[in-house]
Amino acid sequence: MFKSGSIQSHLSLRDKIFFLDPILVSCIFLIGVISFFAMYSTDGGQFAYHTKSHIVRFFIFFFLFFIVSFVNLSFWYNSAIFIYLGILILLILVKYFGLTSSGSQRWLGLYFINLQPSELMKIGLILFLAKYYHRISSGDVNRLKYMIQPFIALLIPVILVVMQPDLGTSFLIAVGGAVVVWLAGVKMKFFTYLGVLFLFSAPVAISFLKDYQKSRILTFLDPSRDPLGAGYQITQSKIAIGSGGLFGKGFLNGSQSYLDYLPEKHTDFIFTLFSEEFGFFGSIFILLIYVLITWRIVNVGHTVRSSFGKLYCYSFATAFFVYVAVNMGMVLGLIPIVGAPLPIMSYGGSSMMAIMFGLGIVMSCKIHKDQALG
Amino acid sequence: MIGDSGGGSKVRLIGRRMFILSAAKAVVVFGVVGRLISLQINESKKYKTLSDKNRFREWKFAPPRGVIKDYFGNEIASNKQVYQLHLIPENSENITALLFRLKNILNLSEKDVFKIRRKIKSQKPWDPVIVSDNLTWSEFSRINLFLHELQGVEPIVSVARIYHEQSSSHVIGYVSKISKKDLQKKEYLRDMRAVGMRVGKTGLENKLDSEIIGNVGHKRYEVNAFGKRIKEVSIDQGKIGKSFRTTLDLELQNLSSKLMEGKAGSICVMDIYRGDIVTMVSSPVFDPNKFVHGINIKDWKELINHRDKPLVNKAIAGLYPPGSTIKGLVAISALENDIVNTKMLRRCTGSIDFYGEKFHCWKKKGHGVVDMRKAIKESCDIYFYEVARKLGIDRLSQTARAFGFGKPMVKGFFEERIGVVPNTKWKRDKIGKPWYLGETLHSGIGQGYWQTSPLQLCLMTAHIANGGYEIEPRVIVSEDEEDISSLERFVEEKKSFSDNTGSISDIFKNFKYKTLFKNQENINFVKDAFFGATNEPGGTSYGSRLKEKNFMFAGKTGTSQVRKFTERQRELEIKNEDLPYEQRDHALFVAFAPYYDPKYSISVVVEHGGSGSRSAAPIAKKVLKKLLERHSLRESMHGEGENI
Repeated sequence: MFKSGSIQSHLSLRDKIFFLDPILVSCIFLIGVISFFAMYSTDGGQFAYHTKSHIVRFFIFFFLFFIVSFVNLSFWYNSAIFIYLGILILLILVKYFGLTSSGSQRWLGLYFINLQPSELMKIGLILFLAKYYHRISSGDVNRLKYMIQPFIALLIPVILVVMQPDLGTSFLIAVGGAVVVWLAGVKMKFFTYLGVLFLFSAPVAISFLKDYQKSRILTFLDPSRDPLGAGYQITQSKIAIGSGGLFGKGFLNGSQSYLDYLPEKHTDFIFTLFSEEFGFFGSIFILLIYVLITWRIVNVGHTVRSSFGKLYCYSFATAFFVYVAVNMGMVLGLIPIVGAPLPIMSYGGSSMMAIMFGLGIVMSCKIHKDQALG
Repeated sequence: MIGDSGGGSKVRLIGRRMFILSAAKAVVVFGVVGRLISLQINESKKYKTLSDKNRFREWKFAPPRGVIKDYFGNEIASNKQVYQLHLIPENSENITALLFRLKNILNLSEKDVFKIRRKIKSQKPWDPVIVSDNLTWSEFSRINLFLHELQGVEPIVSVARIYHEQSSSHVIGYVSKISKKDLQKKEYLRDMRAVGMRVGKTGLENKLDSEIIGNVGHKRYEVNAFGKRIKEVSIDQGKIGKSFRTTLDLELQNLSSKLMEGKAGSICVMDIYRGDIVTMVSSPVFDPNKFVHGINIKDWKELINHRDKPLVNKAIAGLYPPGSTIKGLVAISALENDIVNTKMLRRCTGSIDFYGEKFHCWKKKGHGVVDMRKAIKESCDIYFYEVARKLGIDRLSQTARAFGFGKPMVKGFFEERIGVVPNTKWKRDKIGKPWYLGETLHSGIGQGYWQTSPLQLCLMTAHIANGGYEIEPRVIVSEDEEDISSLERFVEEKKSFSDNTGSISDIFKNFKYKTLFKNQENINFVKDAFFGATNEPGGTSYGSRLKEKNFMFAGKTGTSQVRKFTERQRELEIKNEDLPYEQRDHALFVAFAPYYDPKYSISVVVEHGGSGSRSAAPIAKKVLKKLLERHSLRESMHGEGENI
């Protein structure tokens, strides 16, 4: 199998660097640098723990991004199943050996890092499904027989993550998977069937929800229901963003965040902090960079010739966009608080690792665009 | 399952579906941008306010009250520095431990701790609770020593009301903690609910409250999400309340209070032209300082249950039948209405029969033949029964109202009582019975239904003394000083005019004083009769006269009966001193001085003091002497304005 995809394997490192997408790379770096400042502000204007470790992580994973980019696409194509299965095993391990924090068992305690396999699964599932649909013909896509495997591959990790419990991440994993399936050509009606099934199972699912999860949904529907309890986060986040105004309160002057009114300011609410300090123009600027990144990924999808490459890039672009949209929608009070980090900006090693890894494969698609696979 | 199957059609399908996804993304981007516009541009103002509301918390504190001074600038009520300890429950991690520490440091009782706990429960966790509002210096320094281990408490240097003396305790009043009733009555208090705020409860403190209270100050802190103060953002010291200069003379207040020691009653002195209340003392006095930090139950009960009711301002809220002090007014009313003339003679034999009822004179042997002047001078009752009978109660009550009875004297004193000026309509309305002629006779000598306050008696005397011009009593010096002194000038000018036979009406045009007479001779007649009563042998207050010409005064005694004598008691000639205290007569005396150039009027009431000539007139003599000695000093302060 390795031999069959060796048409471009003679590319030198210099060629590979030349084929990198400069816009995409600089956008990633820019977001990274912005995140350093945001993190510095969450540390109260001190070069403290979160800032230091965020910077170190960024550079480690930025380096990983290049490594992944330079590895031949056929390697990623070939190892997609192993990557998926490997992450799945980690997810199962979490269930038995995982660390519990604030009522949720999500992390594997390794010596150097607390790994969150569910974050990695976001990429693993896309990779797996892209390869699956690369290999079957478009005529077979809508045959029931060929739906069983992707369905199971999607369902198992989602269920495992829901049970942690981590509603936000499981939703994002499911969305990523569903996008691949849909792009591959599965007819709309199957999604409709699934949707109806989901609607009917929803009451049952809700009965399994923890109390805090129920209250989050209810609170989203009516934030004033409990302004000092579950609605607190939404309310304070909206106050922070709204009070930022056009130009923001200025770097390190976000009163909402440094007076601790803002919850989870390092992670899920980092955009709120940035928005409070840099205002409407700052927010639009960040949004623009994320849109630019998405656009560049889609662009790679256009260039790459293999179905695997196209499916992967398009799906990842969509998933990446959804991560951004869900996080922003959440802090802006448009959707319930689900616990979804903002790619690259938010503090958190696993999320950063997954995103950089995913972007690395996109870049590998660009460098090895003409690589024949399978 | 071979390789990249499907070729072009598959790629086209993926591309098509990707296009749909891209469109959906564009919609989402617009959604997010729209939301940012709405939050950060359209509603930015609202959220900025909310953010500030989060950030800032205000602590209000009470401003110092304005100072109340006497006419010469001596402070009667002012402020002193006090050391207080406040506790903010939410800043303390362990209230129980903290209270235990405080209990040891300050020697608090179990009851104090219980009260503090109850207070904490009743309010928001960030509202301060006063642990103690009047610490001694040693307690205060001990607290500061241990401050590092007392998280949540705050030593505060504050100001509190202090009253420098007690003789003015009734007219000045006192302050105390805000009650629910105060909040209902005084609307301005609603925004002023600062910790340690005090509000005027009685007297001038209550009357002037809205101005004297000042503006609440506040400290604004930036607080974090847990309520911890991060830094002080701004401080507004508030505004000290407006200070007031009263018309009182502190030295006379003190003298009057001392003269009344051991007695119940009051002394009022008034400037007969300006209406300035120079003295207004009620006895016994109380210590208003006790109310400032909350009076304890024992002291309160003592005040409430005291026989002589120390909390009542008897000068305006004590009501007495005027007794013979009214005779001057009865004479004026009869003369003004042309019912009798001063030459009318009557023979007094000690008693007289009218309508089958026996009416007595205070002098059992009788006065013999008397005219009106002698009737006033020697206070013959029989003569005035006859005058009253001819005059009729309704005409008398009209004159009495004009001279100030039955009306409030000073605005804003809720404790003031206006008394009763009896007439036929009043009796029909209030008692529901027709008026009897016998009651007219009793009213003619100031007994019966009459209810007058000492200040009203003082004002009546002032009206007589100044020649019959209406004045308005006042306690607070106001800005329009010029207006008030004009009456004095008017009287002076009028005197010179009457010498030169010029036109008096020209002067009247320039002055708007209401005259209370038709013929001023009638007023002057009564003044002369009062002179006789004090300065001629046989006069009722002859024993209390001042002989020096500049000090000579003219006055009228009065004895008001608390109960009706039975015939049997009259037979036995029961002495007033032999009766139980509650049944003894009230002693009254009204006067004006100096007789040859009147300046002041005075009224003295000694409750259950026996006769006016024996117990009230001697007190008035001492007060008048001091008053006249201080006149030139006082005169030099005229026109000094409302603040000195």
